Amino acid sequence: MKNQSNQLSNLMLAAMAAFVLLLMSCGQGSQSATTGGALSGNAAQKTYVAPGALDEFYLFTSGGFSGQIGVYGLPSGRLFKQIPVFSVDAEKSYGFNEETKPMLQTSHGFVPWDDSHHPALSQTNGETDGRWIFINGNNTPRVARVDLSTFETAEILEIPNSGGNHSSPYLTMNTEYVVAGTRFSVPIPQKDVPISSYGENFKGALSFIKVDPNTGHMNIEFQVLMPGLDFDLASSGKGPSHGWTFFTSYNSEQKNSLLEVNASQNDKDFVAAINWKKAEEYLKAGKAKDYPANYLHNVYSDETHSATSTAMKSVKVLIPSECPGLVYLLPTPKSPHGVDIDPTGEYIVCSGKLSADITAHSFSKMLKAAESKDFDGDIGGVPILKFESVLGGTVKEPGLGPLHTEFDDKGNAYTSFFISSEIVKWKVGTWEVIDRQPTYYSIGHLCVPGGNSAKPEGKYVIALNKITKDRYLPTGPELTQSAQLYSIDGDKMELLLDFPTVGEPHYAQAISASRVIPKQKQFFKLSDNKHKYAALSEKDTKVVREGNNVHVYMTMIRSHFAPDNIEGIKLGDKVYFHVTNLEQDFDVPHGFAVLGANTAELLIMPGQTETLVYEPKQEGVFPFYCTDFCSALHQEMQGYIRVSAANAGTALKWWLGDEKPVQ
Amino acid sequence: MKSFPKIIFFVAAALLLLLFVFPMWQITLIAPQYPKGVTMYIWINKITGSEPGTLQNINILNHYVGMKYIEPDAIPELKYFPIVVTIMALLGMALAFTGRWKLWMGWLVLGVIGCALGLYDFHLWEYDYGHNLSPTAPIKIPGMAYEPPLIGNKVLLNFLAKSWPYIGGWFIGGTFILGGIAVWLQRKKQSNQPQIIPIKKDIAVAA
Repeated sequence: MKNQSNQLSNLMLAAMAAFVLLLMSCGQGSQSATTGGALSGNAAQKTYVAPGALDEFYLFTSGGFSGQIGVYGLPSGRLFKQIPVFSVDAEKSYGFNEETKPMLQTSHGFVPWDDSHHPALSQTNGETDGRWIFINGNNTPRVARVDLSTFETAEILEIPNSGGNHSSPYLTMNTEYVVAGTRFSVPIPQKDVPISSYGENFKGALSFIKVDPNTGHMNIEFQVLMPGLDFDLASSGKGPSHGWTFFTSYNSEQKNSLLEVNASQNDKDFVAAINWKKAEEYLKAGKAKDYPANYLHNVYSDETHSATSTAMKSVKVLIPSECPGLVYLLPTPKSPHGVDIDPTGEYIVCSGKLSADITAHSFSKMLKAAESKDFDGDIGGVPILKFESVLGGTVKEPGLGPLHTEFDDKGNAYTSFFISSEIVKWKVGTWEVIDRQPTYYSIGHLCVPGGNSAKPEGKYVIALNKITKDRYLPTGPELTQSAQLYSIDGDKMELLLDFPTVGEPHYAQAISASRVIPKQKQFFKLSDNKHKYAALSEKDTKVVREGNNVHVYMTMIRSHFAPDNIEGIKLGDKVYFHVTNLEQDFDVPHGFAVLGANTAELLIMPGQTETLVYEPKQEGVFPFYCTDFCSALHQEMQGYIRVSAANAGTALKWWLGDEKPVQ
Repeated sequence: MKSFPKIIFFVAAALLLLLFVFPMWQITLIAPQYPKGVTMYIWINKITGSEPGTLQNINILNHYVGMKYIEPDAIPELKYFPIVVTIMALLGMALAFTGRWKLWMGWLVLGVIGCALGLYDFHLWEYDYGHNLSPTAPIKIPGMAYEPPLIGNKVLLNFLAKSWPYIGGWFIGGTFILGGIAVWLQRKKQSNQPQIIPIKKDIAVAA
């Protein structure tokens, strides 16, 4: 009883404290904290989305080593979809059917996997607009664009002269550019040199990819050839700093082995500030050099329902030493990881992961220092600004191992601390710590809806954790990774929910569902289908032999294929099943699979055409069927293909039901 | 045409032409997996749906129970009803100028008969679709017919079928109401002016 009354009085004290804080925050004119502090309400109620009700936000998590993007709802934490981006996905036939194979082509051939880290929602006027989401492929350097009307990958651009596309996509406030900085410096152009010639031969390319505002199509506008450093993360300016992009770097020691020690020696590394508007002037003035390059540009069309892959052969390069004012280096303690610009565009918040402090550079001071040439030497002709001249503020000893910072709509910042495994909330400008909450465990990135934009939506912060240990039911040696949802409506952050994520979540971005829902495509219009092998009605179905290639123009509709009986296929034939889904309704996909095919099923959306290649290895009669439970007679949605010996006289014919076979 | 009843009658007749602008009837099917319902619109000259694929979707649903495909090209009424309606509208508009309420009355009676025949024809089609089922239908339920209600709501297996007049149909109602008002006003006006008739008679006699 005594314990209970103690607890009760503690609760009351805490509630009073929360109330006082609430009054104070109201006194400052903030509209925050209508739901109060840590003890108000109950967490389950705040994350409960009733059956049939919709979540308020979409959360897009990077898949990390899964190469994909996860789509979740907030506040429920429910998983809706994994969008295949850089890795094949047998379920959706991505990278398996003929239409999407070109998406994963690179200058190194077909690469069925990548490591996807940083989703970036397209922005207009510094606000997320729900049109596209971009994401980087780290290993074989690439950037992808996902169309949020279809939630499918629409484009993948390979990045030449890059050794690993980590500081990417970090787009500008009107999606003018998506950036792609190399994590690993490499010889540019690539050549066979001793690894120990790093300082002499290795360079780091920072690519600026122009995005067509109407189609979203990407094109490498220019690359800035930087000295050999490891470019880690990036952030593009907004408001006054619009026109600049900032890249953190480590390994200012320029070492090429045992970096954990050798690249951790200098007190300060650098943030590279690139003036891309200046770069555009230099481009116009003809200062760029054409470098030979070899990279692929892959584009998927919702009209042909197919991707094309185009080989690109050169890239425009700007050399900083030849372009004064293009790049400045900002000394930053110590091996900075994340660089994040506050919503006003003034502060460039850098998390020195081996530093005890969070350093915020001032953009206005940086401009002044650059103007008055307040330099402290240079590296490879790139001027280094004096640390004291650009420093805007420091959050003193907030925790251990700061990594990333996001912002809310009330002037607060939230920084993740990997080593001390916590989120620290602090005030931009006063640099005072307001709150800290533990994460379970070892947080990497964190995300506030719109938290990197000029207009954060606030409401939640999501921790993206690397380690879960004992937080979930064990699943053998490999455990799930996780996200944690915290309410940030009050002064204190409140942990509401843990939920597992697919793959390793690096960065994530969230957006109000109301900005995405109106753009949703429900199905593809058959009348717009320009696929070369589409059959747009059952009358158009046919089977055509061209030597050993047999093209089956097939349709599917509830609940049959047309044709569903095919004879006259021979061993050694390559059978192309071009299957068109004739449905014109929402949520009626059909699947297609045939026994013995050395590939994945097709999963075809209404109005779409997809192609499965089947090279039979055995004589006989083999069934095919619909793999997506489509209707009351789904189980009857099946057919047969007869495979005869190579020298057999079986005539090519096909039919459906009682109709006369076509020969 | 300064006479108020004439204008009203003219408008009443002209309202019929709105049948080319708005559907006259709607049939909506509602089921749990179709939360917004599937709505078919019947026009004087075509059949459409709430979505471009609606007719195909209704046909797919119907084929499980063996109902015939609804193919607008195979429904002759959609070809000759527009002609009948156009003639009726033009005739009515022309009659408006005569100011003769008895002719107007006759036109309205003709219209009512036409509508009744149209509804009866609609019923025949519904009956045919609902009862004339394919013997090879995948789903056969003894004694079950799938005729939607002529007007009103009715449960058909897992669907609630709702059949009601739509904007064009409301305007037909408007035609009869306005036409009736015009007849009444014109009749009243003419019975309040008895002196005109004798004068006419005198002239006739004088001639």
